[in-house]
Amino acid sequence: MQELVTISTLNGVLYGMLLFLMASGLTLIFSMMGVLNFAHASFYMLGAFFGFQIGQIVGFWPAFVIAPVLVGGIGALVERYALRHVHRHGPVAELLFTFGLAFIIEELVQMVWGKGPADYRVPASLDYPAFTIFSTNYPAYKMFELLTAVAIFVALFLVLKRTRIGLIIQASITHAPMVAMLGHNVPRVFMLVFGVGTGLAAVAGVIAGPALVTQSNMAAALGPILFVVVVVGGLGSLAGAFVASLLIGLVQTFAVSVNLSVADVLGRIGVARPTGGALFDVWNVTVAEIAPIMPYLLLVLILILRPTGLMGTREH
Amino acid sequence: MPARRGAGSPGAAAAFAGLAAPWVALALLFTVLPMIFASGSALTMLSLMGIMIVFALSYNMLLGETGLLSFGHAVYYGLGGFLTVHAMNTVIHDHLPVPLPLMPLVGAFGGLLFGVIFGAVSTRRAGTAFAMISLGLGELVASSSLILRGFFGGEEGVTTNRTKLLRVFGLNFAPQIEVYYLIAAWCLLAMLAMYALRRTPFGRMCNAVRENAERAEFVGYNPTMVRFIAFSLAGLFAGVAGALAAINFELINSASVGAEQSGVVLLAAYIGGVGNFIGPVIGAVLVTWLRVMLSDLTDVWQLYFGLLFIGVVVFAPNGIAGLVMRHEPLWQARAYGSLLRLALAYLIALGPALLLVAGLIVVIEMSYHLSVKASEGPTISVFHLTLNTTSVWPWLGTAVLVVGGYLLFRRTWPIVDAAWHNALVAAQGAGKAK
Repeated sequence: MQELVTISTLNGVLYGMLLFLMASGLTLIFSMMGVLNFAHASFYMLGAFFGFQIGQIVGFWPAFVIAPVLVGGIGALVERYALRHVHRHGPVAELLFTFGLAFIIEELVQMVWGKGPADYRVPASLDYPAFTIFSTNYPAYKMFELLTAVAIFVALFLVLKRTRIGLIIQASITHAPMVAMLGHNVPRVFMLVFGVGTGLAAVAGVIAGPALVTQSNMAAALGPILFVVVVVGGLGSLAGAFVASLLIGLVQTFAVSVNLSVADVLGRIGVARPTGGALFDVWNVTVAEIAPIMPYLLLVLILILRPTGLMGTREH
Repeated sequence: MPARRGAGSPGAAAAFAGLAAPWVALALLFTVLPMIFASGSALTMLSLMGIMIVFALSYNMLLGETGLLSFGHAVYYGLGGFLTVHAMNTVIHDHLPVPLPLMPLVGAFGGLLFGVIFGAVSTRRAGTAFAMISLGLGELVASSSLILRGFFGGEEGVTTNRTKLLRVFGLNFAPQIEVYYLIAAWCLLAMLAMYALRRTPFGRMCNAVRENAERAEFVGYNPTMVRFIAFSLAGLFAGVAGALAAINFELINSASVGAEQSGVVLLAAYIGGVGNFIGPVIGAVLVTWLRVMLSDLTDVWQLYFGLLFIGVVVFAPNGIAGLVMRHEPLWQARAYGSLLRLALAYLIALGPALLLVAGLIVVIEMSYHLSVKASEGPTISVFHLTLNTTSVWPWLGTAVLVVGGYLLFRRTWPIVDAAWHNALVAAQGAGKAK
């Protein structure tokens, strides 16, 4: 039991940090430009495939740097040459543009790398058990993922709170016209934030690619969970996104290891197990089986209890 | 607005005739279409179009009328379909005296029911938050559909038999033509109902909430309530579409509640144009046709689909209907001469645009072939041309096509711009002269 809890906590925090790596960029972009980048998870996927392809040529470590920079560059170009022009058609058109972009990126990835999973492996230099905890070998690669995510989190925090560019970014979120008046190029700040945000998503892709499956459906599988994170945390709240990322990471990881159904619980307290009827499935499905829908259940729960999200502000 | 006249006066009769004429024409069109396109595949496609029209119009009640961008509208379509299939199976099993044409009512009920349930949760927010919530709810239902096998039938789905229900007028709905007329009748009914709904005070309040929720609140309406009712009613009509699909295929599976189905209806409504009632109808017809035709022609049809969608979002945010309706003031002003000149300018710009598009298509097809189907040999055939993808010449040729098309298009576009400007000025002049 103790072993299960420790390992699940480690894995949950790791998953949560990976989610936050993406949710942070998404939240920053949203609070600055008012557009939720539907294609954010697609940039994560691009990161994984670029990391895989570049890694084939120059090895994992150079790819770990090059792939996010490339993807971030693509993101910045998308902002500069497309999104900025769609902006005048309003937020719905912007959101739909990124929706279409996600669609196209998925198709292009299928065109180039096919529909099957890519053979993206953990680099040999990290392919060993880091430590043994209650007879379970914890892989070094997972520790590397965790450390990378934490390091980026700390760096992002420091840049936003302690540097001049962070100051300008924060000011652009709330007082864009004033910042422009003071002589800063706000559109360029937007482009920078979009580029860095998509680059962060790509970092998540590069490091998660070998651990999870690098496949053309990985964006569609992760995207909705990402949006649940930002809505549960409260749209535009970086702290909320952090809490929600960890929460969903932990909830989903723990749920996978609980093999219990309502019928089991009823059986323990002495109520007869239902044997049929329309709701048979509902009673007999185990918590582990509903782990994939846990984030969405959490979303519904949060919406009922706190419509603005954990740390969201009131709509105005 | 014409002044109100007493009922029974010739003016009222004329006004009613004016209102009813398009619907009579539409009913006639629906009746005649299968006689013109009589082949089996055409009939199937017409049926699919009818279903899609209802679905896209129900989506437009959200996005077009109320300003709610939903990424999970297939939930109500699919659940309506599932309830219909289960109801049909119950009717068959218990020999209940219910004929097939009434079955879409079950779908309507199912769509409404789940619209009310999920609407209560999601319409408390608007804008981006609503969009994300609809996506989350869509994923919730789509994932649940694979877990709750009893209701959703797992991977295979649930089948039914539409011919085993109570027969009326000797119809057993085995031939596709009878199903087509069933779909057409329900499509017409649903279109009429949705058109009428948008002309009621409630429909106007939906528009008000879309434009400015705060002001709508000042007038004394609760925006959340308006959104909730619109959402539930959109669910109702989506349920009708789902029921029609279930009857048409005699099968429904978990894909019908999934993200792809939600995406298709969004694409259809938006490409057609959400600002107009006719827009989603155009979009539904076009998208259904493209899905069938393109998937026959090329493997990467979804890429073209996505590019078309992006093109509409960037260049024509009001969709095809919006593009057409832009010319309405010119038509109204009877500025036919300048309209003709405008048409000529369009024709001039069309040539380079076609070159550009053709070049892009060849590039996409050749890249796809090189990356995925290289094992099938280096040659492909596009536009009845056989090209060798490993040779440099086809690539050079298409590059010339794309770049040349683009440059020419940039040269010809000012002609269109000027013609448009002149036409507008002429129309305004004509308006003043009247």
